[in-house]
Amino acid sequence: MRIFDPHIHMTSRTTDDYQRMHAAGVRAVVEPAFWLGQPRTNVGSFLDYFDALLGWEPYRAAQYGIRHHCALALNPKEANDPRCRGVLAELPRYLLKDSVVAVGEVGYDSMTADEERAFEAQLVLARENDLPVLVHTPHRDKATGTRRTLDVVRAAGMPPEQVLVDHLNEMTVGMVADSGCWMGFSIYPDTKMDPDRMVAVLKEYGTDRMLVNSAADWGRSDPLKTREVADAMLAAGFGEDDVDRVLWRNPVAFYGQSGRLVLETGSESGPDYAGNTIKRG
Amino acid sequence: MKEPAQEWLAQAVRQVEADPQAIHRLFPQAERRGGPGARRALLGALHGHHAVIRSLYEAGDSGERLAILTALHELDLDGTAVGLVEDALRTNDARLVAAALGPYGSAWLDDHSFRQGVLKCVFMSIPLAAVAELDRRFDAELARMLSDYAAELRAAGRPVPRDVLERI
Repeated sequence: MRIFDPHIHMTSRTTDDYQRMHAAGVRAVVEPAFWLGQPRTNVGSFLDYFDALLGWEPYRAAQYGIRHHCALALNPKEANDPRCRGVLAELPRYLLKDSVVAVGEVGYDSMTADEERAFEAQLVLARENDLPVLVHTPHRDKATGTRRTLDVVRAAGMPPEQVLVDHLNEMTVGMVADSGCWMGFSIYPDTKMDPDRMVAVLKEYGTDRMLVNSAADWGRSDPLKTREVADAMLAAGFGEDDVDRVLWRNPVAFYGQSGRLVLETGSESGPDYAGNTIKRG
Repeated sequence: MKEPAQEWLAQAVRQVEADPQAIHRLFPQAERRGGPGARRALLGALHGHHAVIRSLYEAGDSGERLAILTALHELDLDGTAVGLVEDALRTNDARLVAAALGPYGSAWLDDHSFRQGVLKCVFMSIPLAAVAELDRRFDAELARMLSDYAAELRAAGRPVPRDVLERI
């Protein structure tokens, strides 16, 4: 079984996680840019983070046979802090990088005017760079936020097939299915979605444009939730091909629109002196 | 690929010849638009403009930095880019560390930094064959550092790499 986790924050995970993910079948991930747990206070903090997503993290992932790409953006929460917004001026040069396969996470957190301005500005950047967009939907007042998200995407003239609307649930999946955008589901131990509810959604809406992710970060989360969904799908009567579609071919098709996804799973083909562990000199 | 790679590269080289700053936009996308070796061709079009090379390195991802480090000795820079090599030696990316000890690093690093770099290679399991001109730069102090490290390994019951044994 091959698994592509289309949304996971590996900077906050350990090398043990990479090993367990590889053993579970994960061969590719996309890491979208978001906050640090603690709010940032300046633009330089974003730049070091972006550099890590473009350098250290893919290097670390490759040691464990996992291909790492990223999505870059000013996240919704920090779009509210004037000390952080200057990063919008730095984004154009970062969006040219080889391993950037989308703009994201953008969207709403508290649904403020500042968030909306940053969201709209970054939809323009995505179109200028011919990149798809990963849109976060808010955890508070989710249905209203998702509806407004779809309005902003439509008004920006963004083709729906280039937009992935994430963190959906039973209340919001229908409107996104109707919009033509891709549908993302984050599977968490306690909150968001769980594997059985995910299977029920797949039964009702089918596997077209459906993506499943662990969204694992520093909080209570689990990078193996993608595999749990695959197993739950098989147990519920879905076939191997359905599983491969949701957990591999759909994310490949979505991020592949960037033209920058590189997946020959020769991740182990790096220089052999890179070894199996991160060496420190 | 929207246009043939060769045509993209030829045009990009002309743009950099006309305006060195144009490389900042072209260099990140050069390999996927212009094919393998495109970054090296663009660096050549800078004719040793060390300020641009430095800022390009500082803004670069790992692939861009690697392309710069491996081309430094061809770029007519004298010792002006040794800071980039020192930066690469501070990383934990074996590809960058090995490239830092290529022909340019070997020519320009001071003795202390060079010895530290060689020892770092041993720690990171980078074969010493990756270090350019090791024979010319090898000295008694580096031999002592490697011997002491071999003693540490033996005390810990770990094997001493063959290329270290050959040097002590």
